[in-house]
Amino acid sequence: MLVKLSLSVNGKPVSAEVEGRTLLVDFLREHLRLTGTHVGCDTAQCGACTVHIDGMAVKSCNLLAVQAEGASVLTIEGVAPAEGELHPMQEAFRQHHGLQCGFCTPGMVMSALDLVKQHPDPSEEEVRAGLDGNLCRCTGYQNIVAAIRAGARALHG
Amino acid sequence: MHSFIFHRATSLADAAKLLKQAEDPRLLAGGQTLIAAMKLRLVAPTELVDLSGVAELAGIRREGASLVIGASVRHSEVAASDLVRKSIPALAALAGGIGDRMVRNRGTLGGSVANNDPAADYPAALLALDATVHTDRRVIAAADFFRGMYETALESGEIITAVHFAVPQAAAYEKFPNPASRYALVGVFVARTDTGVRVAVTGAGPGVFRQAAMEQALSRHFAVASLDPVEVPAETLNTDMHASAAYRAHLVRVGAQRAVARIA
Repeated sequence: MLVKLSLSVNGKPVSAEVEGRTLLVDFLREHLRLTGTHVGCDTAQCGACTVHIDGMAVKSCNLLAVQAEGASVLTIEGVAPAEGELHPMQEAFRQHHGLQCGFCTPGMVMSALDLVKQHPDPSEEEVRAGLDGNLCRCTGYQNIVAAIRAGARALHG
Repeated sequence: MHSFIFHRATSLADAAKLLKQAEDPRLLAGGQTLIAAMKLRLVAPTELVDLSGVAELAGIRREGASLVIGASVRHSEVAASDLVRKSIPALAALAGGIGDRMVRNRGTLGGSVANNDPAADYPAALLALDATVHTDRRVIAAADFFRGMYETALESGEIITAVHFAVPQAAAYEKFPNPASRYALVGVFVARTDTGVRVAVTGAGPGVFRQAAMEQALSRHFAVASLDPVEVPAETLNTDMHASAAYRAHLVRVGAQRAVARIA
């Protein structure tokens, strides 16, 4: 049975009919072709699928698309101010080499943007604690932490 | 996951009606456990009734000596709430340590309590704070509500509306999280109340339980040293790939000591 769904994705209104069991991440990737949101573990552990719903970071592999009814969804594709530019947090990841293979990076950036809303100038401990829902298998986190602290300063400096 | 029919309840009465008409329904709150379980096909309800649009289940408020938290209130809301932080800071800290940032942004108090995972955090707080679970039908004391692993006193079609927490003199929650899942390997909630000290343990056994010997020792004299002669039997505790029963028994003692040290 199809369910009617209306929401906003990266500032644009979207209407669709989806099955109840369609996951939000599949709706974003398969229906809207927004493939920046990654499926890593598919069990709500790794955080590669992190997006924002009404400003809060959530794991889109552990949510039904229909749960985003009426909500405002932000994905990694929607964070940059303009085509060809990077968001200050993305730029900080680039500057500080906060990625190696890059698979976890979209989720890291989305999680970091939620984190720096609560902690505008986070300590190293606050960043590490705040990344409890994101796994990176390459970097050892050192440069991710440095990037997020620099990104916070660039945003709130 | 299996296909199902999705309903969005508009009110408590509407949710109750939808449950009654459905064949094998489940309530959907934050979905942080349920959706994962459905993806693994551990559960396959024929219908989901989404509670996110039910206004009666929202909000945090003080009612006399009680702190009342609506069933739909998310863990991140509890953690950030000034009212919770002022009334029962240990409860705000507990909520801020559930799962991870993204899970806390979706998971709800009612969902956690209804699921009664033997390693969940909230059941320890409910039991130690002598909370009552309010449903669309009745009021259930926490001691009667939790019935062992994933089992509660809830009847078919019954909906949790809120939890009323008695505000203690002081409380602390000490959790040893499993580093992968963040569930409590052992969690100990100690509450100092007008009627005595209450100690509730989660993660260690097949369900949340009170540690009576510790409560008696601490009620006589509230100090870390009072716990020294108390025996923590390991026989009824869990042994699994994460920890042995003897290790869990040790963590119950250490958790209680640390919680008491923070209060005293």
